[in-house]
Amino acid sequence: MMCEAEDSIADRALRLKRLANEIRFSAMTMTNHSGLGHTGGDLSSADILATLYLGGILDVKPAQPTWPQRDRFIMSKGHCSGALYSTLAFKGFFPREMLGTFMDPLSMLNGHPDRNKLPGVEANTGPLGHGLPIGVGCALAARMRRETWRTFILIGDGELQEGSNWEAALTAQQYGLDNLVVIVDRNRIQQGDFTEQIIRMDPLAPKWEAFGFAVAEVDGHDHTALLNCFADLPLEKEKPTCIIANTVKGKGVSFAENKPAWHHGVPTKEHLALAIVELGLEVSE
Amino acid sequence: MSTTSAPLAAGGDTEKLFDCRDAYSQALEIMAATDTRVCALVSDSVSSTKLKSFSQKFPERFVNVGIAEQNLVGVGAGLANGGMVPYVCAASCFLTARAMEQIKVDLGYSKSNVKLCGMSSGMAYGELGPTHHSIEDLAWTRIIPNLSVVVPADPRETAAAMHFSLAHVGPMFLRISRMPVRAVHDEGFQFTLGEANILREGDDVTLMANGVMVSRALDAADSLAKLSIHARVLNMSSMSPMDVDAVLDAARTTRGIVTVEEALAAGGLGGAVAEILAVHHPAPMRILGVPGVFAPTGSAEFLLAHFGLTAEGIHNAALDLLGEKR
Repeated sequence: MMCEAEDSIADRALRLKRLANEIRFSAMTMTNHSGLGHTGGDLSSADILATLYLGGILDVKPAQPTWPQRDRFIMSKGHCSGALYSTLAFKGFFPREMLGTFMDPLSMLNGHPDRNKLPGVEANTGPLGHGLPIGVGCALAARMRRETWRTFILIGDGELQEGSNWEAALTAQQYGLDNLVVIVDRNRIQQGDFTEQIIRMDPLAPKWEAFGFAVAEVDGHDHTALLNCFADLPLEKEKPTCIIANTVKGKGVSFAENKPAWHHGVPTKEHLALAIVELGLEVSE
Repeated sequence: MSTTSAPLAAGGDTEKLFDCRDAYSQALEIMAATDTRVCALVSDSVSSTKLKSFSQKFPERFVNVGIAEQNLVGVGAGLANGGMVPYVCAASCFLTARAMEQIKVDLGYSKSNVKLCGMSSGMAYGELGPTHHSIEDLAWTRIIPNLSVVVPADPRETAAAMHFSLAHVGPMFLRISRMPVRAVHDEGFQFTLGEANILREGDDVTLMANGVMVSRALDAADSLAKLSIHARVLNMSSMSPMDVDAVLDAARTTRGIVTVEEALAAGGLGGAVAEILAVHHPAPMRILGVPGVFAPTGSAEFLLAHFGLTAEGIHNAALDLLGEKR
């Protein structure tokens, strides 16, 4: 605590940059191992996940994963399990060695997260459009119980094409859930193509504003900006918050950046060798 | 016969008819008064879910998500994650069909402690047409792992199943009828998940029913008795898990089984019993329900008669199974 409090935002951001790149490389290694995975979204969401879990934003206890007062984080884009599992392991919810079993037969690390198998997972996601309704329920539960924990949901931008999100947004607005934070990983690419080529999502911020959310846009790879944004929640009292994190799909490795094919591209050993250099993770000792 | 909104029959009064929704909503209020985890969710319909009184007594534990069933079930899963015990109440036809993926993933797969109350199930909304009939719900829900499925037969069982659901950890689907039914259970009735109730002993043929069909099965047993045919009557309210022992015992100790349900003949009670018999003890069966059609329009009573879901229809199916003349 002392140490964290004395750290400047710049120090924390620098540390998070390194950790996020370690999450990236971990996720790519897992996907290389399984031959299946979602590299593009793992890499676009890594900085958000690192900031929430390793930047002191989420109040969770890895040794007591079902602590009732914990903040809830729901990975609605459950296909980006490589980044989520890596983050949870880095946080200490389970041993890092387990990451090497990703999608193996009978592994606890399914392709998509299972809360009954893996500590730290709050919701079984994978089919899109499930996380926000569940998050709204969590936020309502905290209110009914007069408890102060918060609920964060990370949603993909393509995922917002699922209507259930907007059903849930209406409920969040109606109940003025200012303990609810939606983060959109706005990487502008979905499985088939760029979002704007398939179903136009712009202008996105006004959509959330029209649905009654207080909205902020942030560079989803700028740890200082993310820390500042998350430190000042809710954006408005009695309104749910939406943070649109503008990101780059495949962020951090040149061969994958902004390329729709890397939505579920699988890195080879050669890709990993290149990635470790580009992510600045070469072993120096 | 008379109708009343009182939830429970006076002992021995078998003439009165009851709306099981009254028993469910009164049970929910009793539970909410003693357990602060109990909350209720609806998708617009406050009156048809009979929750107006609940919403006034427990406004902070009542959530109306609007006309949005997928969201409704997801919000329920989130409330359970946050330590509440949500009762998610909506017309069964929309609740099960519209939110099927949420029921599968957010409840069954996730093992969320959410209780679904499917209201006005079966053909209660007869005149409104097949869009509003909920006759597929048993087939859809009973195959989902971890999801318990209960079809109470009368108000007493409805209340008992509600109280049971609060003590039981895990997702449940309670199929609540709005068709007037008479009481079939005595005052001391206790609901146990996974147990069939023997309402009538008999060793010639077994009549298995659930929900509003149970009293009709009892009437069929009475008329069969006049022909010296002794029918066993089992209330199969627990659809999932099912009482496999009771099914096998019926197959072994009677000459055949007639199932009857206010649902499609495919995939529901009859299907579940047939699956057990086919593997463990093949036995003659008749499966009464709605054949593979969308029902025409008409009152629930009319439609049940139209598809032979009456005491007479059950009686005749039993005779047919036994090879006896009508």
